Amino acid sequence: MTIEMISSSAETIETPVSESGEIVFEHVSKTFATNSYPAVDQVSVRITAGDLVVLLGPSGCGKTTLLKMVNRLYEPDRGKIWIGGKEIHTLPVNELRRQIGYVIQQVGLFPHMTIQKNISIVPRLLGWEEKRINDRLEMLMQLIGLPVSYLPRYPRQLSGGEQQRVGLARALAADPEILLMDEPFAAVDAINRERLQTELIDLHSKLNKTILFVTHDVEEAFRLAKKIIVMRAGKLVQYGSPLELVTQPENEFIEELVGSNNILRKLSLVNVNSILKARENQSFYTSKFQPVEKPSTVLHPEDDLRSVISLLLCSGKDSLPVKDSEDQLLGMVGYSDLREMLISNLPSE
Amino acid sequence: MNYLVNNFNVVAELFLQHLQLTLAVIFFSLLIGIPLGLLLARIRWLRGPVMSVLGIIYTIPSLSFFVLLIPIFGLGTRPAIVALTAYAQLLLIRNWLVGLTTIEPAVLEAARGMGLNGWQRFWQIEFPLALPMLLAGIRLVALSSIGIGTIAAFINAGGLGVLLFQGVITANYSKIFTGALAVTVLSFAANYFIRYLEQRAEFRIYGKRI
Repeated sequence: MTIEMISSSAETIETPVSESGEIVFEHVSKTFATNSYPAVDQVSVRITAGDLVVLLGPSGCGKTTLLKMVNRLYEPDRGKIWIGGKEIHTLPVNELRRQIGYVIQQVGLFPHMTIQKNISIVPRLLGWEEKRINDRLEMLMQLIGLPVSYLPRYPRQLSGGEQQRVGLARALAADPEILLMDEPFAAVDAINRERLQTELIDLHSKLNKTILFVTHDVEEAFRLAKKIIVMRAGKLVQYGSPLELVTQPENEFIEELVGSNNILRKLSLVNVNSILKARENQSFYTSKFQPVEKPSTVLHPEDDLRSVISLLLCSGKDSLPVKDSEDQLLGMVGYSDLREMLISNLPSE
Repeated sequence: MNYLVNNFNVVAELFLQHLQLTLAVIFFSLLIGIPLGLLLARIRWLRGPVMSVLGIIYTIPSLSFFVLLIPIFGLGTRPAIVALTAYAQLLLIRNWLVGLTTIEPAVLEAARGMGLNGWQRFWQIEFPLALPMLLAGIRLVALSSIGIGTIAAFINAGGLGVLLFQGVITANYSKIFTGALAVTVLSFAANYFIRYLEQRAEFRIYGKRI
């Protein structure tokens, strides 16, 4: 009896997400008439419903093209795209688009419409009743953290960050399973960007939408993503979690992209619980975080402390020799020196 | 001034004729210009050739244009409306096209991405956003039609030009003065009325007058 209860409750936790948010790309290719090379080249990938997946890569790598093929702003030359088990071309194009939220960098709010009209445009197209629209408006304003008193205002009366929040609310208006976001925070100042990123993570955990998010900003990708698709010259280079990208980079390109000091990036990807778990399973240390044996690691007087700590971690030692350009030994520097330097410097600043 | 007081009914009738002619020109200009402008906004390569043709039409001297159309449309208001509508296309379409093509691409992309079809995009997004420029074009059409329309009296199209022509032939200066004054009043009224509509349309988009 008790066993049954446990198993049934476990089941409900297992499947909170509707499968209709799954996106599958199958050998998708696209070449623009103005170019001889493909913008997207034979991309096949399966995006699980409810995941926040970031498309990452340098500009011109095809990430935006791939995104825009989902809502058919671009048509693939070859290959198929499936949403929740349905090939996207089996639906009328505008019907498809109304089922997918779309957020772009320049927001693209309609300047002659109030916030209320901007947000309710897709529900109106879908023929929702007035009451349902109003309830939804209220709920969305709460979700994006703007007061209801903003509804009769015009986009020009809002700040850039507020406008992008409204853009997000507009995309979510008809409760789509999938949200496409094309560098949505790139034009927002750094402070607001971080706030918007945090809100998006929060929102994603609440709503369980499949989010496909394009960015060229590696930090942003690592902050947001459950999984990252790295693209280069139209090809998918690697698809994996941020931790996988750092610990098992597919090639040098990924290594370079995720940063030379990626050992520090690992710090933000792993939590204390991982250490506790790893202790139970000793093999974790030897398999994943094996120190890179470089007996010749040497510090230079001009190295910044961020790279020093990274080198210390990689070397597996507690201190490293410092040498000048003529290979003269100047002394040893270790963790305790860093700690003293940082702590003693803080109050005097 | 005496002439105006003594012949108020005649002047008023000619004034109304002139107004009717101008309204007819605006109506037919929009009928042709709005779809043609939309076509040019969509098909970029058509813009050069079409705008040059409209430019050439605009350079035809008005009197000879009116006379040229008499064999086809006869005397009266019909050739006048045809000629003035042909002139109006350059002014109207140039403005309308600027209005349509200066809409922020992001706005149109968002509209497309949200699933508005072509008709919905036009009525809900493109038309209201390009409306101030369209009205600016209509204002130019109204003013130029009122001006050139005086010459249409020569081919029996009526309007305030009648007073001017008769005044010149009979050397009646008060008639000329009255005609000129009436044309000026009509122009000013048209200008301010359409400008008012323009500002209302601008206000909706920009929140201020520009």
